[in-house]
Amino acid sequence: MRAFDYEEPRTLEEASALMARPGRNRLLAGGTDLLVRLKRREWTVDRVINLKRIGGLRGVEERGDHVFVGPLTTLDELAASEIVANRWPMLVETVHEMGSPQVRAMSTAGGNLCNASPAADLAPPLLCLDATLNVWGTRGERLIPLREFFLGPGKTALGPDEILKEIRIPAATARGCFIKFCTRRAMDLAFVSVACAAVGKDVRLALGAVSPTPIRVPPSVEEAVRRCSPIDDIRASAEYRREMVRVLVRRALERVAS
Amino acid sequence: MTVNGNIVALEIEPHRTLLEVLRNDLGLAGVREGCSTGDCGACTVLVNGKPLVSCLVLAPDAEGASITTIEGLAKNGKLDPMQEAFIAKGAIQCGFCTPGMILAAKTEDVPEGNLCRCTGYKKIQEAIREERRTTRPQA
Repeated sequence: MRAFDYEEPRTLEEASALMARPGRNRLLAGGTDLLVRLKRREWTVDRVINLKRIGGLRGVEERGDHVFVGPLTTLDELAASEIVANRWPMLVETVHEMGSPQVRAMSTAGGNLCNASPAADLAPPLLCLDATLNVWGTRGERLIPLREFFLGPGKTALGPDEILKEIRIPAATARGCFIKFCTRRAMDLAFVSVACAAVGKDVRLALGAVSPTPIRVPPSVEEAVRRCSPIDDIRASAEYRREMVRVLVRRALERVAS
Repeated sequence: MTVNGNIVALEIEPHRTLLEVLRNDLGLAGVREGCSTGDCGACTVLVNGKPLVSCLVLAPDAEGASITTIEGLAKNGKLDPMQEAFIAKGAIQCGFCTPGMILAAKTEDVPEGNLCRCTGYKKIQEAIREERRTTRPQA
């Protein structure tokens, strides 16, 4: 990696002031995406701002009618949370499809969302659960529904000085599933991913890896196929991905209905 | 930080990884550099008891942590039961993945984040099962 300045702010105020400085600034959470991109020289940075010395950004807790997930909560901590396991087994299922144990012990929930990969595994289930992001910036806090957060591959609604402060999920229990379609059992990216959840009688569906961002779609096979816009790449063709959306959405809907 | 039970104080540039510091500054060559992008698990070390890939840990982020590499697994001149099991079952071919594999096997039944390019998985699996059977019969 090329040299960069390194900062360890103690508060969100300090972190956000550092982000507002001139130059290419990047936040460090788990590091499993950032370090890979820096090594491959896909990103160049002047300053890395490590968020881990800021208190209160890690852990899962229930307050009122929401569950709050700190952005620095690692994937294995998320899956080990009783609050999560009791309400949304589908989230635990999702985490077990991600990376490897070593990577899950490092990667964070906030990092998975803020990198805005079209194939981010946490996005489809959290879209189904109507998650909202509480974002901290120099001008104060604001809430962004996850549905409005992803703007394109690697692009989010976060301003240059804004930092994800917490992920809030309505506390209602959901029955659901996550289907990740890929060639290997560990350390793989999805060709197509489908999350489906029933909250009471309300059935919700979301897709990953088949459009520029993860998307919520109406809970029907035809609508899902119509609204996805997959690309051809080295891993699969667009035509194949579209066909797999048809198959996997049908399976997901059947599984949640049964 | 503490490395294999010894307190280590180092001044390092912030863009270096824990892997580089362990191998190059501390001479712990049992920490292997494979892909360097977190995919192969060869650089696995225990950080506060948890297996992590040291190629993706920024060195300053390991400040204050307790790190165990394969060199620190033997206690009082006696190999760790997992090391013994790997030897007994011949679960080693070229040996490149072995340190990471053994450290990951301390907490995982089947290390799914570790690649063996010799594809000697069968004996590795047998060694891990054997170690589980002999050291924790109730589990």
